[in-house]
Amino acid sequence: MNWDVVIPLLVFLLFIFAIGFWASRHIAAKSNFLQEYFLGSRELGGLVLAMTMIATYGSASSFVGGPGAAYSEGLGWVLLSMSQVATGYFVLMILGKKFAIKARQYKAITLVDYLKGRYNSKAVVLLSAVSIIIFLFSAMTAQWVGGARLIESLTGLSYTSALFIFAFAVIIYVIIGGFRAVAVTDALQGIVMFVGTLIILVGTIIAGGGMGNIMSDLANENPNLVSPFGHDGSLTPLYVSSFWILVGVGVVGLPQVAVRAMSYKDAKGMHRALIIGTIVVAFMMFGMHLVGVMARPILPGIEVADSVMPTITMEVLPAWLAGVVLAAPMAAIMSTVDSLLLLVSSTVVKDVYLNYVNPKATRKKVKTMSFAVTALLGIAVFALALSPPDLLIWLNLFAFGGLESAFIWPVVLGLYWAKGNKYGAMASIIAGVASYSIIHNIWPEPFGMHTVTVPVLLSFLSYVTASLLTARKAASLS
Amino acid sequence: MAAHEKKDWRFKIAHREAWIGVGLVLFNFLWWFGFAYGLGSKPVSDYQYIWGMPAWFFYSCIIGSLIMIVLVIVVVKAFFKEVPFEEGQEEEKS
Repeated sequence: MNWDVVIPLLVFLLFIFAIGFWASRHIAAKSNFLQEYFLGSRELGGLVLAMTMIATYGSASSFVGGPGAAYSEGLGWVLLSMSQVATGYFVLMILGKKFAIKARQYKAITLVDYLKGRYNSKAVVLLSAVSIIIFLFSAMTAQWVGGARLIESLTGLSYTSALFIFAFAVIIYVIIGGFRAVAVTDALQGIVMFVGTLIILVGTIIAGGGMGNIMSDLANENPNLVSPFGHDGSLTPLYVSSFWILVGVGVVGLPQVAVRAMSYKDAKGMHRALIIGTIVVAFMMFGMHLVGVMARPILPGIEVADSVMPTITMEVLPAWLAGVVLAAPMAAIMSTVDSLLLLVSSTVVKDVYLNYVNPKATRKKVKTMSFAVTALLGIAVFALALSPPDLLIWLNLFAFGGLESAFIWPVVLGLYWAKGNKYGAMASIIAGVASYSIIHNIWPEPFGMHTVTVPVLLSFLSYVTASLLTARKAASLS
Repeated sequence: MAAHEKKDWRFKIAHREAWIGVGLVLFNFLWWFGFAYGLGSKPVSDYQYIWGMPAWFFYSCIIGSLIMIVLVIVVVKAFFKEVPFEEGQEEEKS
């Protein structure tokens, strides 16, 4: 085992646990358990808010899959990844103050609570809860597989023991600390990701003999690598642009991101988060993907895309520094997984159990349920991840695209279009999820765009059409 | 409820800020797209290089991000207003 690399990782894990314990004291002290456990009592400040949004969103695909793809595609993939800069400001500006105010009016703790308050419909609540549970469960599994693979490749442990360590670490601090632990560890993880990116970026440029040198090596190997069109010219402008929907503006519809837009304390925090978030996300996405490209002339011939990032780090940095940098993808994966785990748990406990199974549950009962459901979900994902499906990015993007198609319009038009109603929301969720699943399986990437484009459009049309068609009926009822 | 909602002064601010977000993202996209494919569609042998990077990449990805960061800072400082989120505080201003 490579102790120089393992020790920084262990120190990092210890910090994470310490935060979990610190946060669990808050849970004991606050009177409103649900609000504290699932939303941190809406007390996030600017830095933590910015970091938790980015860290939740930036996952295995930004730190492992993404640089791997950039390694094989060249600068065209860095260009594609820059569509994510928009997430730094767009989500908070669009949901913004109105979402924060409305969420407080509805006393919403989850995204589904918000939809319940806005549309007042059991069908909408159940539909959205079910889509969250199904899609985020698969996203979570993909991330756990990524986390375990990473530990496996860094430490030389077997996949199963690596998965066990990863699962144990995450489950413990999420169960005891809830949202506050998740958000504060996300902030720590975000800082680790930022610093890690900086170190590896500088290290790689030096190892390659300077930027000019690296670029001419790339152009000599294959001129397409320095063009925006990918290594074989297949990245068309239309295809790359369609990623603005998937990883740019569409992120507004992701429940794990949207729920953070109701967790901040005041407008000042939100303003700071906008600035910090844009800077951090732009730098991280740019740095990590560029490192993937620059790794090519330094280490040609890496076969497994997911191993590009760990391999280049160990190559260009001294071992102890490599440990610090490799804590970054670890942090990215953990910070995504912890949020997903808590979100799925809140959907089960708050949206399904408290709404429909046992609305009169006592505080103690709710508390036990929350801990138990979180633990059970964690164990279930662990079991699934033991015999993992192969394509990490595929599963992950499937979940992202499906959720975005389902929720973007019920959330955004629900906020800003007074005529939108529950029929529109239902039609939109059904059309989005159904068309995404169908197109994904039988007609991937229609018209040369990413699969998500058409479902998002269909779900928009369904929302508007259904809302307008039923407008008279809804008006006469009320 | 509906009448109350229309009158809530905070929503006017929120709506304006959301439109600013839409404007920013459109500008961001146009800049990104214009430089990447405007300069990058030439044959690679004709590329110009800035700081060792192809010019399309430098302008689209690096300058583009820096401009967005500056724009976000300016917009937030100059146009975004602080409003209270809790109920019952809204009569204080307006």
